[in-house]
Amino acid sequence: MADKLKATEEQLEYAKLLDIGMKIGLLVLIATFFIYLTGILTPYIPVRELPNYWKLPVNEYLEITGIHPGWSWLEKLGKGDFLNFLPIAFLAAVTIACYLRIVPILFRKKDSVYAVLAIIEVLVLVLAASGVLKVGGH
Amino acid sequence: MFTRQLKVLSIAAIIIAAFLFAAPVLASTDASPVPAAAGSSMPWWAWPLILFIVTFLLGILAVLGGVGGGVLFVPIIGGFFPFHIDFVRGAGLLVALAGALAAGPGLLKKGMADLRLAIPVALIASSCAIVGAMIGLALPANVVNMALGGTILGIVAIMLIAKKSEYPEVKKADNLSTALRITGVYHEISSGQDINWKVHRTPQGLATFIIIGVMAGMFGLGAGWANVPVLNLMMGAPLKVSVATSKFLLSITDTSAAWIYVNNGAVLPMMVVPSIIGIMLGSIVGVRILAKTKPAAVRYIVIAMLLFAGTRALLKGLGI
Repeated sequence: MADKLKATEEQLEYAKLLDIGMKIGLLVLIATFFIYLTGILTPYIPVRELPNYWKLPVNEYLEITGIHPGWSWLEKLGKGDFLNFLPIAFLAAVTIACYLRIVPILFRKKDSVYAVLAIIEVLVLVLAASGVLKVGGH
Repeated sequence: MFTRQLKVLSIAAIIIAAFLFAAPVLASTDASPVPAAAGSSMPWWAWPLILFIVTFLLGILAVLGGVGGGVLFVPIIGGFFPFHIDFVRGAGLLVALAGALAAGPGLLKKGMADLRLAIPVALIASSCAIVGAMIGLALPANVVNMALGGTILGIVAIMLIAKKSEYPEVKKADNLSTALRITGVYHEISSGQDINWKVHRTPQGLATFIIIGVMAGMFGLGAGWANVPVLNLMMGAPLKVSVATSKFLLSITDTSAAWIYVNNGAVLPMMVVPSIIGIMLGSIVGVRILAKTKPAAVRYIVIAMLLFAGTRALLKGLGI
């Protein structure tokens, strides 16, 4: 019974990686936001002009600011506002890393159904992250 | 305990101070690719600061009221702040995601959240959350507001009438859950007992997560309000396992939807970061308060807030 009460190996490994990733992501998020707020790196959109944009639908906001959706933020990491996308993307990628971590464990335990489910989940999340899925706007 | 509370308050004070000190510095930067703002009676930093304070309070209320932060965030911030609903939903998803990522490791390590239960459910919910996010971003704001208002009022009804079952009776596990070996044992600290659990009606439960996933992605609400009743009442998982697995599930469901919002530009760091920090600090304070007392009235305050915010979203959508 004592063994059954323990979380499984894959569950513990998932939890460990999630814990590390979450802590790194949140710490970097606070650091990059501090850089943004203090103006150490000049933002792409000056903060005093933000009230003009946060009231707009996203497609209008992108059009007026000339921001390209998808992964184009990587080219603007030198800007204080876009720097914040680094920890945001990191936090959104932690789950993918956790799934990748447990796939070999599941295969080793011959739990092939769950290993395949985990691989499909990785593919779904990578598809969402890829930027291939564009929305037409409204 | 006092030291930890002091730490939380110190972090909050630092963030507020950073806002105040940064305001004049940032106001002088002028590398704009776009025209200057039209005249406004409030300085630019007022709304993010108010957002931080409000999300801090929402974090406290969410813990005391037993709901997720995302379900309070979207209707309240969407209804009473000047931000467009597209950005509010993007921020709402990231708020719910951050909360789920923070809670996930502890819940998994203690064996309260169950990975075997979560993996098939998460696959369906996260795939459908992508579809929901894409639908949500393609729809006009008034339609989203109407649907959001209706959904929030539905959530209020669920909160008022749905029962909970600590240990639902599952006479026989269904074939699918047996094949997937979705079963477990957890240790109930309050009674000192080891609770064996299994689930039934798995196909129906998984089918329901199609709808839950779409709604989570479409409205950026998180989905604990729907996950828990389905896992607990429909599939028969014990309440604590359902609540913990639901919280962990959000880290996967909201990840897929969050990517769609990020990749379609519906994320503004000036909204997202104060919201995440505010709601997480509020949750920490909320947990501390909860350890000492649980005022029953708080749940009704949360329900009243949702009722008000849901009605406002509905009327906004209807143009009233």
